[in-house]
Amino acid sequence: MIQLDHVSKRYLTKKALKDVSLQIEPGHIVGLIGSNGSGKSTTLKLISGLIRPTKGTVLVDGVMASRKICTKVAFLSELDAYYSFFTVKQTLDFYAQTFGDFNRAKAEEMIDFMKLDRNQKVKHLSKGNRGRLKIVVTLSRDAPFILMDEPLSGLDPMVRQSIIKGLISFIDLEKQTVVLTTHELQEIEPLLDTVILIKNGEILDTKSVEEIRSKENLSLVDWMVKEYEQ
Amino acid sequence: MAETFNPSVPIYLQLCERIKNRIIRGEIGVGERLPSVRDLAIDSGVNPNTVQRTYRELEEEGIVEKRRGQGTYVTENQETLGRMRNELKERHISAFVREMNEMGYSEAEMLEGLKHYFDEECTKEGNQ
Repeated sequence: MIQLDHVSKRYLTKKALKDVSLQIEPGHIVGLIGSNGSGKSTTLKLISGLIRPTKGTVLVDGVMASRKICTKVAFLSELDAYYSFFTVKQTLDFYAQTFGDFNRAKAEEMIDFMKLDRNQKVKHLSKGNRGRLKIVVTLSRDAPFILMDEPLSGLDPMVRQSIIKGLISFIDLEKQTVVLTTHELQEIEPLLDTVILIKNGEILDTKSVEEIRSKENLSLVDWMVKEYEQ
Repeated sequence: MAETFNPSVPIYLQLCERIKNRIIRGEIGVGERLPSVRDLAIDSGVNPNTVQRTYRELEEEGIVEKRRGQGTYVTENQETLGRMRNELKERHISAFVREMNEMGYSEAEMLEGLKHYFDEECTKEGNQ
């Protein structure tokens, strides 16, 4: 379980998160949604231990999040974070050496599923294929928590579909929990159990997606717009 | 590829309907095995937890049976399947009647219209 308890984060003078408390139950796919600059990435970085809270505590399975939490948390950055001179295969080798929970068989299967060429250099890959490779190396880890910052942004509909399918096929929800941020709400909606709506560094609401449909008769997009306007 | 869902109805209920329709149309036979949770999730592009909930819902209605370690199967209980078929018919008829009522058609007009429609269909088929 992921727990944030009265967490605030300030970057110099800018307050990114204000007194945020939330819990993420295991075995769910959770969407963190909100406008640009609302604090989504900051929240993910805090959970993955890449940054520290200014105030409050972040616990992952009862352990305070720090750089060492990376054994439990797989983080997909919105930036391109790999060595561009590696080939696809070398990138897998690198990840396999770096992370003890890297599942090579799963990685190879996903490389085939995503139709990536193992011998191509990362810098020669198209943006879509770099997006796919990022997904492969992140989901190949048998980590209990998978955090993905904007896995779909800037990619064409075919790539987005293959990433969504890859997610459903290669995640084991009995052992894993997924938290992702996205603006592609319509596409991601059928995939989510729960959404956390965040605005100006504060949590507006946490709700089950099916509840939004059955109680409010709204799609995720309409719900977000309604909540934001209040 | 991923089907589209009506945004204001829970996805698990929509999946339930789709499976029921497929059973009624005979695409999934009596006693036949349903796709695994993961396969259906991938096929319809939805969260596996949603499919699990769909199967649970169908199980509660007695339409499918879970067999330990083997998967989920369509029931062989004809009574349940017959009831499901009937419910679907009644639901469609009541929706039709409600809409026609809202537009101001009387019962006699509806019956007359239906009769006329089937007669026309018959002559059309006869001509073919």
